[in-house]
Amino acid sequence: MRAWHFSETAYPYLPPAETYPSIRVSLPNRIYDPLKGAALYDRFIDEWLVAEDEGVEIMLNEHHQTATCVDPAAPLMLAALARLSKTARLLILGNPIANRRQPVRVAEEMAMIDVLSHGRLEAGFVRGVPYEVLPANSNPVRMNERHWEALDLIVKCWTHHDGPFSHEGRFFHHRAINIWPRPIQQPHPPIWVSSTSTGGAAQVGARGYIQATFLTGFETTKRIYESYRRGWREAGRGQDVPIDRLAYAALIYVGENDARARAGAEKLLWYITANKVPPHFSNPPGYVPVAMNVQLAKGAHNVVSAYGTKQSTVEGAIEAGTMFAGTPDQVLAQIRKHWNYVGGYGNLLIMGQAGFLDHEDTVHGIRMFAREVYPQLKELYPDTTISGMTEQLSAAS
Amino acid sequence: MQMVTRPDMAVVKLSGIDLELFDSGQDTQPQSPILFLHGGGGFHPQQPFVAPLSTRRRLVVPSHPGFGRSSLPDWLDSVDDIAYLYLELMDILQFDRIDLIGCSIGGWVAAEMATKAPERFRRLVMVGPVGIKVGPSDRLDIPDIFAMPQAEVDKLLYHDPERMKPDPAKMSDDELAAMFRARETVALLTWEPWMHNPKLKHRLHRIKAPTLFIRGDSDGLVSQTYLEAYASLLPDARTVTITAAGHVPQLERPAAFAAEVMQFFGE
Repeated sequence: MRAWHFSETAYPYLPPAETYPSIRVSLPNRIYDPLKGAALYDRFIDEWLVAEDEGVEIMLNEHHQTATCVDPAAPLMLAALARLSKTARLLILGNPIANRRQPVRVAEEMAMIDVLSHGRLEAGFVRGVPYEVLPANSNPVRMNERHWEALDLIVKCWTHHDGPFSHEGRFFHHRAINIWPRPIQQPHPPIWVSSTSTGGAAQVGARGYIQATFLTGFETTKRIYESYRRGWREAGRGQDVPIDRLAYAALIYVGENDARARAGAEKLLWYITANKVPPHFSNPPGYVPVAMNVQLAKGAHNVVSAYGTKQSTVEGAIEAGTMFAGTPDQVLAQIRKHWNYVGGYGNLLIMGQAGFLDHEDTVHGIRMFAREVYPQLKELYPDTTISGMTEQLSAAS
Repeated sequence: MQMVTRPDMAVVKLSGIDLELFDSGQDTQPQSPILFLHGGGGFHPQQPFVAPLSTRRRLVVPSHPGFGRSSLPDWLDSVDDIAYLYLELMDILQFDRIDLIGCSIGGWVAAEMATKAPERFRRLVMVGPVGIKVGPSDRLDIPDIFAMPQAEVDKLLYHDPERMKPDPAKMSDDELAAMFRARETVALLTWEPWMHNPKLKHRLHRIKAPTLFIRGDSDGLVSQTYLEAYASLLPDARTVTITAAGHVPQLERPAAFAAEVMQFFGE
């Protein structure tokens, strides 16, 4: 089991939510004070380095035009971290390649970071949440197709070493691709893909990449992992899916006592409670399949956002499996329950800072997890563990 | 807006596409047929302009690829693609020279067709058409319907939104699916450049057919300024306004709409 400290480098100093319709896409940037932003960047980088000191790996991601994550060019932050950190693995999850116009440029950026960090890059790729299409002016229709063409092209950029090659695909066109530098890690850095759909997960499994899923709780995570394992097996990768191929991101706060854990957990909920986004941003045409839109029109909940659900409380979020919070024993029990239910995963992505969780409390949470929970997780779930043993057993019987 | 169960429309195979086609079938008259190209909301044979337009003329209405029951192949992603498809449809239907009506995005398709084959169109009607960019670069000519609440979109679309807007609660699953699919196809076709082909305005002078530009006076998507700029790029065009109508005068004021069109067609 590997744990990752994930910070969205949020900017929390906002006017009351009722004064704006959306925290994403349209919130005027006059609200952002660049000097306060600079202090926040310093602080969040320090927290990543605290995580590294505690033996926890580093993870970041990319969003645009939003106060929830002021990291619109994640490779830049990763480049800084590549020089400031020394040993931690560096996970970017990820590059929104369905919204990037030049996959070859993304391959170059990632190769540079792998070299800068002496081979510590974990290269993640995401389709991108729906609110990203307007900032990128990216057509929400056929995003999956663009995503996979871009990813395959990036892998080829990293693994082709014999001079220029051409790519004339459906979405991307290049006549002479020959990137410098090439990555240190061979044949290429580990690849991660996030997905909230079962169809997507099966494709990730077929390719053997690491599948991550964010805040998908018990049922959805279980379905996604089952699809991943099915895709893996059907592609002939064997019966056994190692847990290091699967990752789960949750809001996690470990406190030394109930009171401190509770206070930290409440502040972490900012991730969910601050994510005020109207439907025209959270569900652009073509982002979800037509059949899903029919269900949404008839009252189903959009899995893309937990805003306004019962997960807006600590109890609700813990019950839903989107938050693990409490004392070390409580958190360990919560993780084990979730781990067993979904079939097992080898990467825990810790959304460990949000909103007004200050530096001291963030560091406390990182250290309490790293010292009081992480060692037991590593012992319980070594990387050689196989995911989905229960379905294997039931299939055999 | 009342939705009615879709009666049988033929499906023809064209360039590998299953194209749903309404054909009023009255081809006994000497006049040329009318080809009607619907807007982003899609077409239904029960729509109120169908009867007045097809009483004395043969009226043919395809559902664009990605609308209704028409398929949407992977390779199709532009209005230009649809324009070529319909020129081929005219060949198959042996339509030598016709009257063409295009509404909104269908107007854009019509303009593309008429610039490609000017000789094949006798008269052209453009209803709240999109397809060109005439305003400054820092202001959208057509408001971004995908960046505002649906209630705001309805206000731009209709003179009387309360009467006209669709009510999802009263729609069947099939009707809901068609609505969401139409929306998705509009996004596919219009996302970038937004609602226009930068080349089109440099080709419009090729259109030979006398052209009538129609706009509902409450149209919040296509402004009067935009309409007049569009018309000024065609050699022989004039504009007319329909009162108490928004972006879809053919649905909101069908009688007034049909009267303008049929008068222009010389009926």
